[in-house]
Amino acid sequence: MTVKTVINAVGRAVPSEINGSPVIPFKGVGKHRPKGRKYAPPIPSCADYPEDGIKLAGSLEEALRKCGLTDGMTISTHHHLRDGDLVSNTIFDIASGMGVKDLVWFPSASFPCNDPVIRYLDDGTINRIEGSMNGPLGRYVSEGRMKGTAVLRSHGGRVQAIQDGEVKIDIAVLAAPSADAFGNARGTGGSSACGVIGYAKADYMYASKVIVVTDNLVDFPCFPMEIEGNYVDCVVVVDKIGIPEKIVSGTTQITRSPDRLLIAELTAKFLEKSGILKDGVTIQAGAGGTSLAIAVFAHEILRNKGWKSKFGFGGSTRYMVKMLEEGQMDYILDAQVFDLDSVRSIETNANHVPYPVFNAYNYHSKGNLTSMMDIMILGATEVDLNFNGNVVTHSDGYLLHGIGGWQNCLHARNVILPIPLFRDRIPVIVDEVTTLCGPGELIDVIITERGIAINPLRQDLIDSVTGSGLPLVTLEYLKDEAERICGKPEKPEFEDRVVAAVKWVDGTVIDVVRKLKTE
Amino acid sequence: MNNSVAITGNSGPKVRSDCEITLEIRQNGGISIELISRVKTLYGKSIKSQCLEILSFFNIKHAHLKINDSGALPFVISARLEAAVKKLTDTTKECLPDLIPENTASTKRDRYRFSRLYLPGNAPGLMINAGLHSAEGIILDFEDSVSSEKKDESRFLVRNALRQINFYGAERMVRINQGDRGLYDLDFVIPHFVNLILIPKCEDALAVRNVDQKIREIQGKFNIKNEVYLMPVIESALGIENITEIARSSSLVVAMAIGLEDFTADLGVQRTSEGKESFYARSRLVIASKAAGIQPIDSVFSDFNDMDGLKQTVSASRAMGFEGMGCIHPRQISVIRHGFAPDASEIGKAMDIVRAFEAALKAGLGVVALGSKMIDAPVVLRAQKTLELAERLGLISCDWRDKGPEQQA
Repeated sequence: MTVKTVINAVGRAVPSEINGSPVIPFKGVGKHRPKGRKYAPPIPSCADYPEDGIKLAGSLEEALRKCGLTDGMTISTHHHLRDGDLVSNTIFDIASGMGVKDLVWFPSASFPCNDPVIRYLDDGTINRIEGSMNGPLGRYVSEGRMKGTAVLRSHGGRVQAIQDGEVKIDIAVLAAPSADAFGNARGTGGSSACGVIGYAKADYMYASKVIVVTDNLVDFPCFPMEIEGNYVDCVVVVDKIGIPEKIVSGTTQITRSPDRLLIAELTAKFLEKSGILKDGVTIQAGAGGTSLAIAVFAHEILRNKGWKSKFGFGGSTRYMVKMLEEGQMDYILDAQVFDLDSVRSIETNANHVPYPVFNAYNYHSKGNLTSMMDIMILGATEVDLNFNGNVVTHSDGYLLHGIGGWQNCLHARNVILPIPLFRDRIPVIVDEVTTLCGPGELIDVIITERGIAINPLRQDLIDSVTGSGLPLVTLEYLKDEAERICGKPEKPEFEDRVVAAVKWVDGTVIDVVRKLKTE
Repeated sequence: MNNSVAITGNSGPKVRSDCEITLEIRQNGGISIELISRVKTLYGKSIKSQCLEILSFFNIKHAHLKINDSGALPFVISARLEAAVKKLTDTTKECLPDLIPENTASTKRDRYRFSRLYLPGNAPGLMINAGLHSAEGIILDFEDSVSSEKKDESRFLVRNALRQINFYGAERMVRINQGDRGLYDLDFVIPHFVNLILIPKCEDALAVRNVDQKIREIQGKFNIKNEVYLMPVIESALGIENITEIARSSSLVVAMAIGLEDFTADLGVQRTSEGKESFYARSRLVIASKAAGIQPIDSVFSDFNDMDGLKQTVSASRAMGFEGMGCIHPRQISVIRHGFAPDASEIGKAMDIVRAFEAALKAGLGVVALGSKMIDAPVVLRAQKTLELAERLGLISCDWRDKGPEQQA
């Protein structure tokens, strides 16, 4: 069977069909209009559920059997337990034991703790993973060893795919730090608290069957519920859903690297001098060491000027919590919680509000949060001369990261990427990104330790900092500088076979990752 | 040379931007290269061809080369391989990487030397971005930060760093070893536009003169015209006793520094944060330096997490007359630079004094008054020095007289 390849709006050759289904090539930012109606799961009836509301199943296997686990099904999970997740792998242990084949695993992200599923990819229990892959799993896929083709989506793109019916979840298996026997569940309480479980929202609403797995069964009603029990088929109680110290970091830390701190300082100066950090600002920064340092410097500026941020969007960290508690931020809207201080805050502070990614990032909705943000601090493994960004592959062609919320966040007013010019010997500013995950028209500022490059499309930003003493340079200068120091790198060699598709926020295919040629 | 295998460089899970080279020279069989590298896809071919070129430069035809690379830049690979070759063969040939134009800049005797960052001479990962942190000087160190078995290979690395790394205008300094070993170090740095040599544990004028003489010898041999200045580091009681002769020992001496860890060890006392035990020595060094017209430089502050402690030390140090301090971590640089620079209120006062002085001159008055206070010549001189410093640091513009005080901030 030959699949047609087309050149999409960013010049990438992408197939017209993935895993046997037709796909739409990327048409440009905001160009694709979806048609039709949202997907809907089958209509259930109370007649099939216990009147006393007790939906307990004796084990996860019993629940999976009850939900009709069979060949070819799509199984979804969320990643709120991060590297401490004890539930996801178990699903496939059971499936493999039952002799089920060709499942599609649809996690909101995978972590190193999920590497053991490689054996189920090997034995055919799982056909493919549609979700982020890194480490050994990324290597496995990059080398073309996974049977199906991976599909990489942003957090918002995942929700869009569920809502639009691109991915039909047969069974959602949702770990919950607290739940009642009816299936109401939340992210707090118990020994495996992760703060929020907002990533599970689209899963429980749209899946045909929903299993809640908890290690902390509470009396009805489990309140405030993030998962609503009348969407839930079974509740399973296990000893442990997660390893607490791997679910949240005890404490997130700003970078100690002097070079990264330099980049963070330069970024804070840029925010201040350009005037985009102002009273009432809305801001989002990740949990990486450099982002955290930027948050600390931005906090200082707000405090010194007597300014306040209207709200920050989490992943929350203790540095953001500090802004909230010391009065420099009115609200934290939160999709995930990164450390213990943030867990405490969301449990006790009414202005620290769970805010599902469903509402924040879904591009096929009536507006979302990201375009309302003033300042968005993001990373990238590569940026090319057209400001296009790559976050999923390493320059050597191996899958390295998931997209996370990165693509969704590109819609913010000012998208700023503080990145080192090179990592070890590997240049970050390149001729052409290995994988194009985000179009350059949405990326505004690149801040490196050796200079700041502003997208020529943002003349307003260029004007705002001209004459400010900040080291303004062009991307070409930065690329040349990187190559002068590191030497010009060779490109990895790929075969034709597509091992992963990268979706844009509207479900179109923006790029693909091909199988690496190995020696 | 008896050995047929040489190992140079560093490897290990925490090593970045370096490589470990194992070179075995053989009698026959040609050249074989085994490369383990995290950047193999991107630079594997270029690393191999670079190494082949270097081996051919040294006329080595049969060898097995193993490279365990953790993202070393080309000048590092070159230094490591040359060091390995020279462990195994007698050759005087030098495999020099290109000299970047930025690194031929000369320096000035009286430039400010508030902060100078120490960099271990055998750790390339710390050197590459060192110039970005705005220290007035960076010190590539051959002495205490390099273990004795690594001294030889560090010379090639530092030499190549002086030719290849852009230090963005920082003065390029090298701290040599003591005695004859230090004189040998000079062969590796003087031909490569180093700006300043630190002479450690300096105890008498002879130590400085030996360095001075060796530098002139090398400069003559390579026909090098740029000035290389000297900064003796005083680290013992004897050094303090001989400090006047050290200060005047050579026309190349532009500064003297004190090293308090060794000094207090020599005295057999604890180094304390208030520093009573070294007050005399530091004061002595300041006075001897000022008398000789050179810059007195204070010791490093060794706890790089204690920024408040550093701030206090800098302000005490400046109050004693020191004009700079060493740094062991890039985060110390801005604290030190700020600490040694005049602050806004000092600058404001100095402007008032200079304005009053100039007005009095214009009016032909012999006596200068500011408000109800009389101002005499040394006060004016100090104010002029403060403004000159502020101007050179870019804290005020040279036309400050035409601007109101509010425009100066």
